Amino acid sequence: MEIERDQRRFKQIVHGRIRENLRKYITHGEMIGRRGKEAVSIPVPKLDVPRFRFGKNGSGGVGQGDGEEGDVIGKPGDGPAGSGGAGSEPGSGHLMEVEVSLDELATMLGDELELPRIVPKGTANIIAEKTKYNSIRQTGPESLRHFKRTYLNALRRQISTGNYQSDNPKVVPIKRDNQYRSWNDIPQPQVNAAVIYMMDVSGSMTDEQKEIVRTEAFWIDTWLANQYKGVQRRYIIHDAVAKEVDEQTFYHTRESGGTRISSAYKVCAELIEKSFPVTDWNIYCFQFSDGDNWGDDNRQAFELLGEKLLPASNIYCYGQVESPYGSGDFIDALKKEFADEEKLVLSEIPDKEGIYTSIKQFLGKGK
Amino acid sequence: MALELGNLTPELAAIQVEVEQYARDYGLDFFPTVFELIDADQLNAIAARGGFPTRYPHWRFGMEFEQLNKGYHYGLQKIYEMVINNNPCYAYLMRCNGLIDQKMVMAHVYGHCDFFKNNQWFAQTSRKMMDVTANHGSRIRRYMDDVGVAEVELFIDACLSIEDLIDIHSPFIQRRKTASRYDFSGVAADPSKQNLARFAAKNYMDPFINPRAKSEQASDSPAEDAAPRKLPEHPERDVMLFLLENAPLSAWQADVLSIIRDEAYYFAPQAQTKIMNEGWASYWHSTIMINQGLTADDVVNYCDHHSGTMASSPTQLNPYKVGIELFRNIEDRWNRGAFGREYDECEDYLQRKKWDTKAGHGREKIFEVRKIHNDLTFIDEFLTLDFVREHKFFRFGYNEHSEVYEIESREFPKVKQLLLQSLTNRGQPIIRVTDGNYKNRGELFLEHDFSGVELQLEYARDTLENLYHLWSRPVHLQTALEDRQVVLCFDGSDHELQHGEPFDLPDDNEDAA
Repeated sequence: MEIERDQRRFKQIVHGRIRENLRKYITHGEMIGRRGKEAVSIPVPKLDVPRFRFGKNGSGGVGQGDGEEGDVIGKPGDGPAGSGGAGSEPGSGHLMEVEVSLDELATMLGDELELPRIVPKGTANIIAEKTKYNSIRQTGPESLRHFKRTYLNALRRQISTGNYQSDNPKVVPIKRDNQYRSWNDIPQPQVNAAVIYMMDVSGSMTDEQKEIVRTEAFWIDTWLANQYKGVQRRYIIHDAVAKEVDEQTFYHTRESGGTRISSAYKVCAELIEKSFPVTDWNIYCFQFSDGDNWGDDNRQAFELLGEKLLPASNIYCYGQVESPYGSGDFIDALKKEFADEEKLVLSEIPDKEGIYTSIKQFLGKGK
Repeated sequence: MALELGNLTPELAAIQVEVEQYARDYGLDFFPTVFELIDADQLNAIAARGGFPTRYPHWRFGMEFEQLNKGYHYGLQKIYEMVINNNPCYAYLMRCNGLIDQKMVMAHVYGHCDFFKNNQWFAQTSRKMMDVTANHGSRIRRYMDDVGVAEVELFIDACLSIEDLIDIHSPFIQRRKTASRYDFSGVAADPSKQNLARFAAKNYMDPFINPRAKSEQASDSPAEDAAPRKLPEHPERDVMLFLLENAPLSAWQADVLSIIRDEAYYFAPQAQTKIMNEGWASYWHSTIMINQGLTADDVVNYCDHHSGTMASSPTQLNPYKVGIELFRNIEDRWNRGAFGREYDECEDYLQRKKWDTKAGHGREKIFEVRKIHNDLTFIDEFLTLDFVREHKFFRFGYNEHSEVYEIESREFPKVKQLLLQSLTNRGQPIIRVTDGNYKNRGELFLEHDFSGVELQLEYARDTLENLYHLWSRPVHLQTALEDRQVVLCFDGSDHELQHGEPFDLPDDNEDAA
């Protein structure tokens, strides 16, 4: 059936359209709707064939059923509205939601930003054995007996020896018929990555800045998940003190205290030590802040960064989000202190448009 | 008549013979009908292509298929049956349906077949459409081989953008003297035609032809031609035809446009008779199943399926439901003689309800109705106050403040008027070409017959871009936005919106030019 050809063509067009507009999707993360485990839905512009059609002041129509005048009968999006063509969702532009798998999205992101594939640290030779029940043996514990195969064996034996009577179909397995499930060891190279996000949640970080962080983190996750088998994510927030939190809290907490960046570094260093031994993990750290830090804290922070965090990470990214309140000094201090440190990537994100270049800076090293 | 069989199982074939006999006994008159038993995926694939497996390749069929298939696999929707207006009539049955479902579907299909064959609005459609679409498919594939898939597809997209802009009444009326409406091969080659048109449309010429055509025209048109020459002479609703005859299209482009146009004309009556067609088919499956088709075992299954088909939602009328009820209502009224002046003037509800002159014309009347009406005239003629009350119709609208749909009114004239409005021109805006040489610069001017509902601006703009792709010169659309007349323009790179011009804008401009 030729429909596959049409389907392929449709997919090509969708992907082309997404690629064309990827920059917009990257900077406006809120456009990415319904994020699932495997796929996201993306509004793709100008996909359907445009026609002259009635607009929103024609929405409404004739319906059928009980109710008084003024009763609510539905919301836009509940289903098709309007009898005939005179109905459309209010405010809906010329957009269409399309589902795209995260893998496809990552590939497009990689193409668009020309991201190199990540070369994992030399830990890929760690091999874990995984057992998988995918074979059959003649012996084994009764709890693993494969009933269907045992029965089939018995049936086959009885038929071939002439013991099977179709008018009295009794099948009695004997020991020799028994079949048992069994396992094989499957070697699995473990290339795991841990991503640690740190964010300043002091009063000077506004919701707008957090939105930028959230959008950027989404794309970073998408890319790293595409590059590694298993990605673990951890979140640390800090003001003058730091703590590890879950993702939800990470984006929605707002504290008012001062800012001590070293506190976050300390928690991060402990976390790495405890959960992610450097030999087994590719560690990625992303720190977002408005660049405000208590002056006397810088020295302590640099110490931790230089001695603990940088040696442990594949790459350490610091993104400085411009805020109306922050001083924005930290990035300069870092620049001065770690002038020739390759693992440290610094990026300034003045606004949403900056996300695009920032991601490119962070992930463009292929580490 | 020899019964042509598809790939039915003997069991289903026997049911077909049985059901066909019932249908014939009721006086239904149909083309030979071939049933094909297919899987859900195949059915979705065929449905995505509008019922024609061999139609031309296009990405939107893939999109359609993906939506249908997802809907099916998530258990949200299921196509029970599909019937193609063709001789013989092809109908597809889904393999996984139960036997009683198949029986009901067959009865339903015979209703559709009868409707296709006898309803006047279908009289001019090709009955060999299966072959025609296959032919279209191979032509378009050939062009794709010649000039490339992407280019042909882009052009098809542009044509589809205006596929609603046809003159649905033109198959029945000769509006002007054209030798043959469907023979487009000679348009460019015929030199006399070129003079007639006064606006060159030679295949191979680029848009810059227009100034030259203009000068030719000026030189050989005598002074007696006082009134400004018009192209088209009368506003033309068949925009596709106008473009075919006048746009600078290459041979393959003209052929593709004519293919899309032919298919648009083929499908138009189905959009015009949705309520009637489904109502008629439902009336007959219900009549046949209840009177003959059902055994006691099947009643529950049948009722379940039937009521599922008839379910109506508050925000959308179900054409199956409205159609079947209206046909039953007509049958009942004509059986009771409840029509005519005396009945209409009777103001007493109870008296009207009990009205009975034992006229017994019901069956006869609904056969007549199915022959001559389309949805618009059907509703106009037969939707009565009593019917609207009985079936609890209401008019709803969108409340901007609370962002919900609300019941606006149950007043009969308001309900009926909105329903008629949504059926007028298949629910599409009425748009005409009024000038093919606008501002004397070969630009295209369209007018939207504004009836109170605005066009969706973004779609309109994108459509203009596609129209430009076909016309190759700036395009203009006059419509109304926010109670002001506006003209949307697209000149190949930029959109423009001219506000609040006086109503007789095109004339003014012509005088100025």
